[in-house]
Parts: sequence; structure tokens; C-alpha cells
Amino acid sequence: MTLTDTSLLTRSLFVGYDRRPVVGDMTFSLAPGDLMVLVGTNGSGKSTLLKTLAGMIAPLSGEVSVLGQKPGELPSRVAFLPQHPVSSHTLPLRAEDVVEMGRFAHLGLLKRSTHADRVIVDEAMERTGVHEFARKPLRDLSGGQQQRTHLAQVLARQAEVLLLDEPTAGLDVNGRQSVANLIAQERARGVTVVMATHEIADADSADTVMLLAQRVVAIGAPDAVLRDDYLRECFGFTQPH
Amino acid sequence: MINFLLRPFLDNEFLRHALYAGILVSLICAVAGTFVVLRGLAFVGDALAHGVLPGIATALILGISGVIGAAVGAAAMMGGVHVVTRRLRLSGDTSVGLLFVGMLALGVMITSHSRSFSGDLTRILFGELLGVTWAQLAWQTVAFVTVGTVAWICRRPFLLLCVDEGLTESSGFSVRRYHAIMLTLVAITVVASFQTVGTLLVLGMLIAPAATGALVSRRLSTMIVIAAVCGSIATYVGLLLSYHADLAAGASIVLSAVVLFVITALIREFRDSIRRDERITYELPHQHSHI
Repeated sequence: MTLTDTSLLTRSLFVGYDRRPVVGDMTFSLAPGDLMVLVGTNGSGKSTLLKTLAGMIAPLSGEVSVLGQKPGELPSRVAFLPQHPVSSHTLPLRAEDVVEMGRFAHLGLLKRSTHADRVIVDEAMERTGVHEFARKPLRDLSGGQQQRTHLAQVLARQAEVLLLDEPTAGLDVNGRQSVANLIAQERARGVTVVMATHEIADADSADTVMLLAQRVVAIGAPDAVLRDDYLRECFGFTQPH
Repeated sequence: MINFLLRPFLDNEFLRHALYAGILVSLICAVAGTFVVLRGLAFVGDALAHGVLPGIATALILGISGVIGAAVGAAAMMGGVHVVTRRLRLSGDTSVGLLFVGMLALGVMITSHSRSFSGDLTRILFGELLGVTWAQLAWQTVAFVTVGTVAWICRRPFLLLCVDEGLTESSGFSVRRYHAIMLTLVAITVVASFQTVGTLLVLGMLIAPAATGALVSRRLSTMIVIAAVCGSIATYVGLLLSYHADLAAGASIVLSAVVLFVITALIREFRDSIRRDERITYELPHQHSHI
């Protein structure tokens, strides 16, 4: 694989906080359209890796490049969905305002929002079903509706790399299926997706699965990684899938 | 009735000045207070309001402008919070709390050196609304334009900061930079408002009108406008109350702002309970149809 057809590349990457590694020695590369699913318990290092790839925390050692650049250098081409992003019940925002925020990386401080931006936002709301409650205040939405709203925001970025931290959290079976469909559509147009999850079922359609337990337990194709012995090592018990 | 409501302002120039100053404070506080409420910076705002005390006290003793002293005090407070949080790795509220009481105590100690200790301290803590000059009004106008312009330019990163820091950083806006700019706007607001409502009560004008706006608005811009209107109404009602009942002006204004918040919260609660009842009444027939 050459650098030009690589969206994401790490070599002996160690990630963590305050010089203390959470998980280390990760080497992998992803091509456009690939899906990598990070599976592990809380504190296993999934979010830390995603935040490092998003440029929010610096890598402790090793190499990492996102679309050929250092993480965080291409905000308009890389979108990140944080875990439980809703912060305040007092936020005076409607669902569509939150989705519009997905365009901020393109608009920067001063550029005016155009008709094209509006079309992209409308399309993202349509694809996620947010248009049904677009004008409702965020604080009046259910957890699942809020999660869909934030997913629509990520789609509105029209990024080439999506970093999703537990995008199916709080969603019912239909919601999870919708997220899986959205990810499949994004991959079909060449978007690389890295997704953290607790749910092993989310990993079935991945190209690469990484099992984490403050270290890399296993990495590879789903069939090779989602084995009982690795899962027991990762979760302490075997999960049905 | 007209006499009761308007005559005090028509007959007394000092009261008109106080009204202008109060409205300007309401406008500045509406902008800064909105972000204080949404980003949960009330404690930092309180600490900044008290952190300016040593600066003002020193300026009074040296015979220079209190505004300069307040600005230096606010800068020292912000720098102190940054250093303690980053270097000592203490939680934000612990470091802010430490500096808050430290600066307050230092301010009282410095003020105790002045010959008119209690008079100076009262003036700093509770403001001197009825003695506002044209120069102070001009300075407040400059502060309002500055705070308003910077907040408008930074509206996108500020909004992102209110939602999620990770989202802010991944959208290409530095959390550290825009958080610092937001704190600077709060500091400018405190410095511009302390002469009017005092360092103790400025927090009330920062929080109460913005919190009222948060209760009823669905958009950030609406929240700022409602906060400005509520602050201005509180200023007018407070001054009227102060004039007719011979009460402290600054305290009357802040109390009016808090009462406005309570009334709005009660109305909203009442409206929500009616909506809940309507929903239950609407849903019941559907439930019966399934039985």
C-alpha cells in the first residue's frame, strides 16, 4: 500500500495522557473506504486512540498520519463524533443548529454560510431522519434523537475520514441498523471510518477489528480476531455474537 | 402613575445617568453572561469579579483610575488560574477557589490601609451607580462594542465550546485559545461593570438575565437579546424601587433581575405542566383503543 492510497497510517504508535501510555505499539494502515472497529471495555484505550487520530491529544511516541498529515491539521476533511457530546440542558439550540455546526470546520471564523452549505445540512438531516424534528430544541429530544442529530452533524462535515466514538450508544435495534447503513453508504463513497464500540455485533462488517484492553489484544479481519480466546482476554468473558 | 414611573428619571440627571449605565451593563452582561451560563463559568466569573479587588484597592490608594487597577487585577487572576490549573494539575474549581479567596483577602487587606476603609470597600463591592459620569458611560460603551464585536467574530468556536470541547478542537478551533478569549470578555465585562453595580453584584447581572434567556430561547441570538431586555427591565425597575423606597440601587437592580428569573421559571413550569396534562389527555384515548 502506498502513501497515496492510505487514509490512516500508524507505526508503533503509543497513545495516552500526561506521558502515561493507555495503549501502545499500534501499527495499522487503512485505505479509503475501509472500516476499522475498535472493540473493548471502558478505559481500554478506544477513545484515547480516536482522540489522538482527531488531533485532540498528542501521540506519546511512534508515527501517525491522517490523510498524509499530522492529526488535527485537516479539520474540514476529518470528522470526529465525541462520546455523549450533549453537555447542557440549557443550550438554546435546535436540532438543525447542531447539524449546521458540522459546517464550521469549512467556514472557519468569518466565512459566510452559503446555499450550498444549507443543501448539505438538509441532506444530512434527511439521511439521518433529523428533518422530522429539525426545529425542536435539542433539550427536548430523546437520547436516541440527540445521537442521530450529532451523527447528522458529522455527515454535514462531508469528511474523508470519520472517527466515531460509540455512535450506536443509546440507540435501539432500528437505530443501530440505520447507523450501520449510513456507515456503509459513506464507505461506498470512499470515506474511511474508525468506530469505537462495546458491541461485538458492530464489528461484523468491518475490514479490520482491533480488540483493546489497554493493549492490543488482537488486530485483523473479523473472522481472525473475534475468537473466544481473544474475546475472553479482552472482556474477561465470551460475548455471544 | 406616569409621575411615579417616569418623573424620577425626567427630574434627576443622576438617575438618567444611572439608567444609561445600567442598560449598558445589561447589554455587556447579556453577551458575556450568555457564554458564562452555557459554558458553566459562573464560579470563574465570580472569582474574576472578586479577583479585581486588590487591583482596584491599590489603584485607589495610588490615586489612579480604578478601571486600570481592575484590569490589572483581572489579568493577574486569569494568569493565576491558568498557571495553577496547568502546572499544579489541580482541578479547575479548586484552583479558582484558592485564588478567589486569596485575592479577596488581599483586596480587603490593601483597602484596610486606606483612611476611608469601609467607604472604599463598600464602593468597590456594591458600586456607585448614582454617581456615574459621562466618562464612565463612554468607557462602558467602548467595552460593549469590544465585547460584542469579539463575541460575534468568535461565535462559532464559542458555540462549539458550549457543546463539547472535543468537537471544538476537531473543528479546527483551539480550545485553549477561545476559552482564554471567552474569559477575557468576562474580565472586560467585570471591569466595565464594577463601578455601576460593584464587584459583588456584577455576577448577578452576568447570570440572572442570561439564565432567564436560557429558559425561554431556542437560539443563541435570541438568548442574548432576551438577556439584554431582562437586564434593562431589571435596571429600570431596580432604580425606580431604589428611588421611591430609598434602597441601595445596585442591589435593587440585581434583585429585580433575580425576581424576573424566578417569575419566568414559574411561568415556564406552569406552561410545561399544562402541556404534560394535554399530552396525557391526548394519549389516553389511543391507549383505550388498544385494549
